[in-house]
Parts: sequence; structure tokens; C-alpha cells
Amino acid sequence: MALPLEALLDTLSARIIAAAEELTALDSAIGDADHGLNMKRGFEAVLAEKPAILAKPPGEALKTVGMTLVMKVGGASGPLYGTLFMTLGKELPDDPAPADAARALAAAVAVVKARGKSDVGCKTMLDVLGPLADHLASGAASFASVRALAAERAQATVPMKATRGRASFLGERSIGHMDPGARSSQLMIETVCDVLEGRL
Amino acid sequence: MTVGIVIVSHSPDVARGAADMVRQMVGDEVPLGFCGGNPDGGLGTSVEKILAAIDQAWSEDGVAILVDLGGAETNSEMAIEMLPDERQAKIVICNAPVVEGAVMAATEASGGGSLADVKRTAEELSAQ
Repeated sequence: MALPLEALLDTLSARIIAAAEELTALDSAIGDADHGLNMKRGFEAVLAEKPAILAKPPGEALKTVGMTLVMKVGGASGPLYGTLFMTLGKELPDDPAPADAARALAAAVAVVKARGKSDVGCKTMLDVLGPLADHLASGAASFASVRALAAERAQATVPMKATRGRASFLGERSIGHMDPGARSSQLMIETVCDVLEGRL
Repeated sequence: MTVGIVIVSHSPDVARGAADMVRQMVGDEVPLGFCGGNPDGGLGTSVEKILAAIDQAWSEDGVAILVDLGGAETNSEMAIEMLPDERQAKIVICNAPVVEGAVMAATEASGGGSLADVKRTAEELSAQ
């Protein structure tokens, strides 16, 4: 199916911007209290660039979204989410089938792991995105199962001890808080499901 | 030519202060770039500012980057990857404290040290 890019960008931006306070609050517990503000700045820049982004073919458009996040977010999440979108733009065909989405996400997760020198289990966004890539690759994914998995994996970061990112400075004290990057990833996945399923 | 030094901090004040220390202790012969703050000027780092700082400190002998916390390193790595291959090969990020590392790296650079020498000298601070 062709990607409803404008609806995706509008909804993703609106929801990330609306969640800025929640994400920043999560980050103030275990990080440096800027994740929500940084992501808000990034997606406001995406909205500002929207006409130029939508004028491009889908792959190039996603790469431009990624580059905008890289340049405007101002924290580590800029290169991490930016790289994710840039890789999706590179890997997704114009009319992706589910198998294409699975392959593209797997590639994007691998690049985010390299960029963050991290992996699943370190209390980061990868704890949501990694299992999601595996789930999509299984071929058994539905919108409902994807939503449920993302929520469950974000929640599962609460009892984890952080070993990457700023939260790792806290060691044991990082336990008991949801990782803000896992939460923002969950929000994005939910949004993509909602838009693709036409539930708006 | 002399190896260039780039200072990347989350704080514009820290970056400027570390650069002042390099200038006063080592002098003006080392190419120096520095930046701090997110794209809005608050605490954080910016790929765009890092690219400009690398440009300012550019030396064909190479550029050593000193960073403070995580995002500064991730954003610096991203900035390096956005440069042409021939430049990428001449830039290193030092695993060293940003202020002391910048002064030690610049001292080594001003003495004619290679990029590898500069990186090693800065990183000796972390090994202690």
C-alpha cells in the first residue's frame, strides 16, 4: 500500500508534541529532563518542513524527516530517531507490503543499535523497537498485536536497570521508571498503527 | 600544519570556557573550534553547530573532538558521518574529560604531534 505520508507526519507530530510534558517527566526521573522538549522541537521542525518533505518521493521524504530530526532535536535522540527514519526511507519501497516493512524495520533497528552502541535489554528505545522488528518478521503481526507488544515492551522497561544512555549513570536507581525513549517509540508505533488502520 | 581541536559540550558556557583555557595555556597556533547548546541555545548539542566547529578547526593533519556527555558523542559521530569520506578519515573523538582533554590535546598538537599522538595524550587522562 502507498504510505499516507501526510496523515502520518501530521498525527505523529501532533502526538509527540502533545506528549512532550509526559516524556520530559519520565526523563527527569532517570535522565536529563529534555527528551520531550527535544522531540517536540524536532517534530515542530518536521511540520515546518512538511511541504518540502511531501514534494519528494516517499523514500526521500522519510530520509528528509530523519535528517530534520538529526539537525533539530539537540539530544542523542536526534541521531537515534533520525537514523531510524533515514534507514526506513532507504529501505522501504514506494508501495510497501508487510514483508517490506518487516525487512526495513529490521535494518533500521540494526543501524540504531550501531549508532547508540546499544542493544535490547539496556532500557532504551531498542527494548520496544527490537522486539517489534522480530514480531513483524514472524509474519503473524496484526495492528492489535503490534499495539499490544509495543505497550507491553515499554512497560517492561520499568523494572530494568539502565546500562546505556544517561540513565545508566544512576545504576540501580534507574529501576522503577519507564524509559522515556521506549515510551516515545511506543507512542510512534501506536500512531502508525492508528493511521494505517484508518482509526482517526 | 597542526592538528585541530574541537570542543563539544552541552553547555555553551563550558565550551567557551574550555576554549578560553586552551587559548591561554597553549596559544593561538592550534586550530580550535568549539560549540555547546541545542539548536535553540538551551543545554544540549547540535549537529549543525558541531559541523561548523569542525569546519572552523579544520586541518589537513586531522581534527580531534573532545565531548562531555552521551548526546555530545552521538551527535559528534553523526556529524562526522555527514562529512565526505576523505574528511571522516581525519577526525577522531577522544575518550577523555572535555576540559582537561582539550588542554592536553591542544598541547600535544601545538608540539607537532600527529592525530594519533593527540588522541593518545588526551586519553591518558582517562586511563589514570
